[in-house]
Amino acid sequence: MSPAASRVGVVDSGICNLGSICHALQQAGGDVGVIASPSDMEQYSHVVLPGVGSFPAGMDALTARGLDAAIQQFAAKGGLLLGICLGMQLLFETGHEFETRKGLGLIPGQVRQLHAAGLALPHMGWNQLELKRPDALTAGLSDEPFLYFVHSFACEPANAADVVATCTHGESFCALVQRGNVRGLQAHPEKSQQCGRQILRAFLELAP
Amino acid sequence: MLAKRIIPCLDVKDGRVVKGVNFIGLRDAGDPVECAARYDAEAADELVFLDITASHENRDTTTELARQCAQTLSIPFTIGGGVRSVPDFERLLRAGADKVAINSAAVANPDLIAQCAQRFGCQAVVVAVDARLTGNGWNVFVKGGRQDTGLDAIAWIARAADLGAGEFLVTSMDRDGTGQGYDLELTRAAAGSTRAPIIASGGVGTLEHLAQGLQAGASGVLAAGIFHFGTYSIGQARQFLSSQGIHVRPPQGATHE
Repeated sequence: MSPAASRVGVVDSGICNLGSICHALQQAGGDVGVIASPSDMEQYSHVVLPGVGSFPAGMDALTARGLDAAIQQFAAKGGLLLGICLGMQLLFETGHEFETRKGLGLIPGQVRQLHAAGLALPHMGWNQLELKRPDALTAGLSDEPFLYFVHSFACEPANAADVVATCTHGESFCALVQRGNVRGLQAHPEKSQQCGRQILRAFLELAP
Repeated sequence: MLAKRIIPCLDVKDGRVVKGVNFIGLRDAGDPVECAARYDAEAADELVFLDITASHENRDTTTELARQCAQTLSIPFTIGGGVRSVPDFERLLRAGADKVAINSAAVANPDLIAQCAQRFGCQAVVVAVDARLTGNGWNVFVKGGRQDTGLDAIAWIARAADLGAGEFLVTSMDRDGTGQGYDLELTRAAAGSTRAPIIASGGVGTLEHLAQGLQAGASGVLAAGIFHFGTYSIGQARQFLSSQGIHVRPPQGATHE
């Protein structure tokens, strides 16, 4: 590990395995640690919020450990935050999976069912990003890179300017969002071979 | 647009790959993690491991396999075989499997599907269906295809989808191991009975068979022998499917670093 490696913390809310994402961040050059309690957050310049499962279960798991407030404070202080899959969805104000639930509220907008009329759901497999505007995370990617997606709900940012990239499955939905120092990716970079590694590397290279 | 998936399947017994994998240059062709890493390097879209030991004594071996794969692979993987309960399911997910396949236990206790879907999300719940042609339709078989449950396979898929199954691995027991191609009627009927993705399995002998499975409505195609024995590479399968107008990840977009 080079001394210049970014210190990146992976939020452990206790509901999903962190092996793949920690390994992928190491491969991308990160000096990786796990954040299991709010006090762990302080030592990191970069934080990844992973997650699988439902929106309410994800919020419950964060709240139970006091990590919801810790993530909000980290973001408010300008920390670099990347939500992945459910972790992206939790960044938004409101989710509508099973029930209407408040999210972390770091990005204006809501999370609702994907309207994939006539197509398979969950949206599961390799699909392409459609880049809408430049962002550091997509700078090194080819035009329409393939990433691995697994989800049935989609983020709907209130501000179109926050959308970096979309993806199409029956409808066009937000696949990569960026608002200030907060970013979210619906796909799984840790399951997306070299395109995923490139995105994680770019995240780690963001200057704190 | 969502790409169709090419999915090699590794059968594992007592922690070792069975049915043989014939990769050149592998240090240990029986090591499932090493085989899996090779398929990752060849840019398979996903992997499936089926533990055919299916006894509780081997739970730790399977869990360890999931843990090692999670720290080695950069593609998603499913593990199935011998999963009887929510704790069995959870142990494999926690070890790092992206999805867990359930078969006999789901037939014996369909509520297991709902319980796992509620706790872990339907995307993690794969129901494996071993189907055999009987009379006018297909029945669900369990115990490695030896025992007829009397359940209609297509009705079972529809019911399991309602309970929360996120994907179906549909194997034709009639075609499995024959190299004569998927049972396309089965694939078509399965795909017509649910919105959840169908993975066609059983019978692949040629690249045309992969194309036929996808054209019959499968979201992904499972194959073992044609890849394990080096008959075709993943890249060759990708090129062929692309030449047939099937949307797959392009070989250049799928190559390893």
